[in-house]
Amino acid sequence: MSSLDLLAQPFMQRALIAAVVTGLAAPVVGTYLVQRRLSLMGDGLGHVAVTGVAIGLLTGTSPTWAAVVVALLGAVLIEIIRERGNTSGDLALALLFYGGLAGGVLLTGIGGQSAARLQEYLFGSITTIGVGDLVATMALAALVVVVGIGLSPQLFAVAQDQEFARVAGLRVRAYNVLVAALAAVSVSVAMRTVGLLLVSALMIIPVATSQQVSSTFRTTLYGAMGLGVVASLCGLVVAALAPADVPVAAGPAIVMVALACFLVTWPLGAWMRRVRRLRMPFPAEGPDEHLPVEEHHDALPHDHEHGKDCGHVAVEHGDHVDYLHDGHRHAVHHDSGVTHYDEH
Amino acid sequence: MSRTTDPAPAAPPVRLAHGAVAIGGRPVLRDVDLTVEPGDFLALMGANGSGKSTLVKALTGLRPLSAGRLELFGTPLEDFRDWSRVGFVPQRTGATAGVPASLWEVVAAGRLSRRKLLRPLSRADRRAIDEAIDVVGLSHKKRDGVATLSGGQQQRTLIARALAGEPDLFVLDEPTAGVDLPNQEALAGTLRTLKERGATVVLVAHELGPMAPLVDRAVVMRDGRKAYDGPALTDHAVHDPVFGGHAGHHVPAVGRDHLPHVASPLDPSPLDPQEGRR
Repeated sequence: MSSLDLLAQPFMQRALIAAVVTGLAAPVVGTYLVQRRLSLMGDGLGHVAVTGVAIGLLTGTSPTWAAVVVALLGAVLIEIIRERGNTSGDLALALLFYGGLAGGVLLTGIGGQSAARLQEYLFGSITTIGVGDLVATMALAALVVVVGIGLSPQLFAVAQDQEFARVAGLRVRAYNVLVAALAAVSVSVAMRTVGLLLVSALMIIPVATSQQVSSTFRTTLYGAMGLGVVASLCGLVVAALAPADVPVAAGPAIVMVALACFLVTWPLGAWMRRVRRLRMPFPAEGPDEHLPVEEHHDALPHDHEHGKDCGHVAVEHGDHVDYLHDGHRHAVHHDSGVTHYDEH
Repeated sequence: MSRTTDPAPAAPPVRLAHGAVAIGGRPVLRDVDLTVEPGDFLALMGANGSGKSTLVKALTGLRPLSAGRLELFGTPLEDFRDWSRVGFVPQRTGATAGVPASLWEVVAAGRLSRRKLLRPLSRADRRAIDEAIDVVGLSHKKRDGVATLSGGQQQRTLIARALAGEPDLFVLDEPTAGVDLPNQEALAGTLRTLKERGATVVLVAHELGPMAPLVDRAVVMRDGRKAYDGPALTDHAVHDPVFGGHAGHHVPAVGRDHLPHVASPLDPSPLDPQEGRR
């Protein structure tokens, strides 16, 4: 079968659609989770959802919808613990996560299901997705994207600064629960694509990548959505086109592609952050803190004038600019028509 | 930014009667009476741990009162919904989060108290945001990420965010802490603009610095009670032993001694602002 034939297969087309919608939706919630420094929350919800899948398998109902319900309950519980709890709240969350995973594996065994069946959900099995599951995935993903972008001003404000949001009259608790609920839904959406144990990766890694090179929330959010789609599609195609004797699972391939994007962007981000740090204004001293005149130092004579194109980094310093020159800070000083540089 | 068409006799922006706050069951504020009249520029002062920040959190509804009664603009706190009239500037730690955000985006969040759900920014919203950034003198940094700004510039960003909502009452928690002198002067300039527009300002300050000439009323807290309420004081006078400076017979508290430090996972947090609410 040629690769084009493969991509034309119905199961492959369903997989491609699932990959696109998952890649689009997961980073939306991921952005708010990263903003609130809760990067691991998706991971925890993934663990809790394992119990939901097991309940679905045990009762013969849809594992997807059972996972949605259990993950939603878990999300609300996590939010309550977070709000009522304090620094040791992460301990309580850990208890919940392990309970979810253990409960899921236990129930699957009791239900007489094979480990392979559960593994489809743990590590994803995008190519076996049926029409019913695909429609559910698309609907849930659409919900996440519409709510996550439609309410972005409110969700941004709450995630940025809870105290301010509360005094602005926003219902902070309701929005916190909403983000947790969206995370739970995203977990269930991404379950078939990358699997419950790797769900968080698709929510978080595109955001981590996107924020390397962006300085606004908006570009971070949309960049992460774009990267999520690219990673999902590339990962799936890599898995599909791998030679027959090298079995490549789609879920891990998607996560590895996302990580590769991060590794490519990270040096760029590190360099940009370094430049920004260099240009960060030096604290200006107050008028009464000026050095006495005898402590002014002239810089050594120059073979060039500092300016826009001199190649030295210009840093704001109070009302003027210092140029970084071999570890010195040179400030232009005009004295009776002669230009020289002071050491600052 | 006072409204020109205020409903008849203006109710005091803040009226607290016999206010008390308990944190984790321990009484922190006791029996505090405080009325802020329209146009007041009030500085809440006092030593570390004297309760001035707790008082500000109580006034903004962030900490529930365990006793007493609080009215904002003549409405009991429980029924108060007109939050766009209150502009809150929390301590600077709130300026950055886990994802980059531009100065403009942070200031735009200040408009939310006036925006309806799912509506794009109106022209009036954009004008208010731009004007707020202009008042704090950061128009040239509008598109910069807040994380790249200096501490003083981040503080000015948070003030712009409060300004963007066009409130009548500004509440600022330690706006000058850790801010260099030129930025303190820029802050004082912004506050002077607000004062000239007739806004009511309540600010917590350890030291007033360049804001001193603006303050026309000082309230000094000592050990959770009001120790002084009257005309502005110099920074020096506030630390007089009479007001609970370090020369008093109490050993000064190290850190925040009113918070228990050990708790198990499911204990309610002593920091939880919801706690104690019905």
